[in-house]
Amino acid sequence: MSPSPLLSAFRSSLSEAWANGAGLLLPLGFFTGTATLVPFALGPEAELLSRVGPGVLWLALALSSMVTLERVFQADLQDGALDLWLQDIGSISLVAAIKTLTHWLVSGFPLVLLTPLIGFGLGVPTEKMVPAMLGYAMGGLVFFLWGGVAAALSASVARAGLLIALLALPLYVPALIFGVQMVEAGFDSPSFLFLSASTLFALGVAPAAMGAALRLAAE
Amino acid sequence: MLSYLANPLRFMRFSRLAVPISFALGALMIGWSLYNGLFVVPPDDAQGGDLMRAMFTHVPSAWLCMGLYAGLAGASFIWFIWRHELADVAARAIAPIGAGYTALCFITGSIWGQKGWGAGWHNLILGDSRLMSVLVLFFLFLGYMALRAALETRQKAARAGAILAMIGFINVPIIKVSVDMWQTTTIHQPSSVISIGNPEPRDEDSGMNIIYLQQLLWGFGGHTLLAAAMVMMLMRSEVYTQQADRALALKLEGA
Amino acid sequence: MSDGALISGANLGAIRGERVLYRNISVTAQAGDLILLRGANGSGKTTLLRQLAGLSEPQSGIVEREGLHHWIGHTNGLKAYETPRSHLSHWARVWGSEADMGLILNEVGLNRPADVPCRLLSAGQKRRTALARLLLEQRKLWLLDEPFNALDTDGQALLAEMIEAHRSEGGAVLAALHGSAPIEATREVTL
Repeated sequence: MSPSPLLSAFRSSLSEAWANGAGLLLPLGFFTGTATLVPFALGPEAELLSRVGPGVLWLALALSSMVTLERVFQADLQDGALDLWLQDIGSISLVAAIKTLTHWLVSGFPLVLLTPLIGFGLGVPTEKMVPAMLGYAMGGLVFFLWGGVAAALSASVARAGLLIALLALPLYVPALIFGVQMVEAGFDSPSFLFLSASTLFALGVAPAAMGAALRLAAE
Repeated sequence: MLSYLANPLRFMRFSRLAVPISFALGALMIGWSLYNGLFVVPPDDAQGGDLMRAMFTHVPSAWLCMGLYAGLAGASFIWFIWRHELADVAARAIAPIGAGYTALCFITGSIWGQKGWGAGWHNLILGDSRLMSVLVLFFLFLGYMALRAALETRQKAARAGAILAMIGFINVPIIKVSVDMWQTTTIHQPSSVISIGNPEPRDEDSGMNIIYLQQLLWGFGGHTLLAAAMVMMLMRSEVYTQQADRALALKLEGA
Repeated sequence: MSDGALISGANLGAIRGERVLYRNISVTAQAGDLILLRGANGSGKTTLLRQLAGLSEPQSGIVEREGLHHWIGHTNGLKAYETPRSHLSHWARVWGSEADMGLILNEVGLNRPADVPCRLLSAGQKRRTALARLLLEQRKLWLLDEPFNALDTDGQALLAEMIEAHRSEGGAVLAALHGSAPIEATREVTL
């Protein structure tokens, strides 16, 4: 497939992500809001917060990825754009992958940039920031990819938010575990290798599943 | 044998006898293993004293819930490639039984582990890697059932479920690895059942007493038969329901 | 396909749940044909059209198409934030078409609302935007689902003109309809 349709798909899904949900505000707001609730829920002891800090950040990342997933494919299904993609493009899986990447770029990547701030607030030490941020980037991508599969499978279901969360939950577990461990252990750890491997695996498999699910949704 | 039974008519005839027989045999075997396990076999204090008797249900359910998920993925794959209706009926039937066995495994595992965790027997154990893997498996089953229920037509539900089951199945090894990594210490016994094959165990503590193993195998056989009976029973009711729906649809068409 | 047909669907069947929508339906279209799919609500016109378009897997039978086709479904495939111009530019880029946006928008009567977001357009204007897609690229086969819906008399005349022009250039049109329309069909398939 020539680059032009793919680039067009990228541009259009970027516009869509921006046009809905006030662009960046929704996922950013949800992420920071959730992270803010934690000290209130767990108490102000610095030591406790520092221990749970990475875990909480990852949990907030996982949850906020689910916040916008519902509309990614459902909108295209409902307004008929999916029909157009299905017929004229060689591979719906590639389009789905691009939509997911765009979704991550708008809703997931900014959170990576935000984590140092919150990390400081929760007491994550400085030298652990860079591996933490890379981990968040990769883990976020994995969340959006498997979440995308769940969203594509639920595209024809009304109010599918909870269903998507239920379906995605088991698929999120590995990235969650590897990612949190990576914050502690840094680059020289098996968790970094496993997280990278999981990301590549998700990149390879999830788009195909999304394509199959979208073809099903259009029927 | 699978291709012989693939014909719905043959399956219905086969299962008419197979269901009650499997139920009866399964119940007997489970009864025998539980009787011995609960009353006859001496407790092993190193493995949790009397609470360890929970293993006679726990270990068979662990094997069974994993086998059932493999069965779900397998049936989904067969349906996805060959569109054989009975395979989809099987997948639909396996899911709730599998979910039940994961729950059973998790609960009996928690009961068994109470001494090691020092908590009251009514607490659930959320810190052990094998139990947590089983918990994730529970959600895989649950998600499958929820997805199928959410979709309107049988065909769509079957297709979506098949995709989800296959995706879940290929993720299981990664989930297993990650949960194992998550747990640096575990109260779970190392794979002690398999080392019974060693005539000369390297370590005195690894390797299971043969009287336990016997009851475990009875339990495993019994639960397998019981699960098979329940799955076949659900499949039968599904086949009948589909036939009734078709008859109703024909009737409406004719009218 | 052997006899120069632009599309051929043979022995098509559809099932929804346990209900059989239709079976053994065959549809062929040659150049210049206008085939109307007719039937009551729920009879499966849209399903049949979607099967012919390759959007839905038929329960039985096969569909063969010659080359690419244009599709307009019930909904128009428009995004709420898109303008007619941006919608057409987007698909022109995807399909690799170099058509003149201004000309096309003019032809379908969307000069004034060309840069208005679709959520502010009327149903008729949105339908006209979808019609404009048909002009982006020359494709022999048009598959249209209830295309006259939402169009005012001018719009209906426009569509009828477009269909006639397309047919005279050797194209074929398959349309699902459940009302009357100002066009004469080559053939009608009733479900």
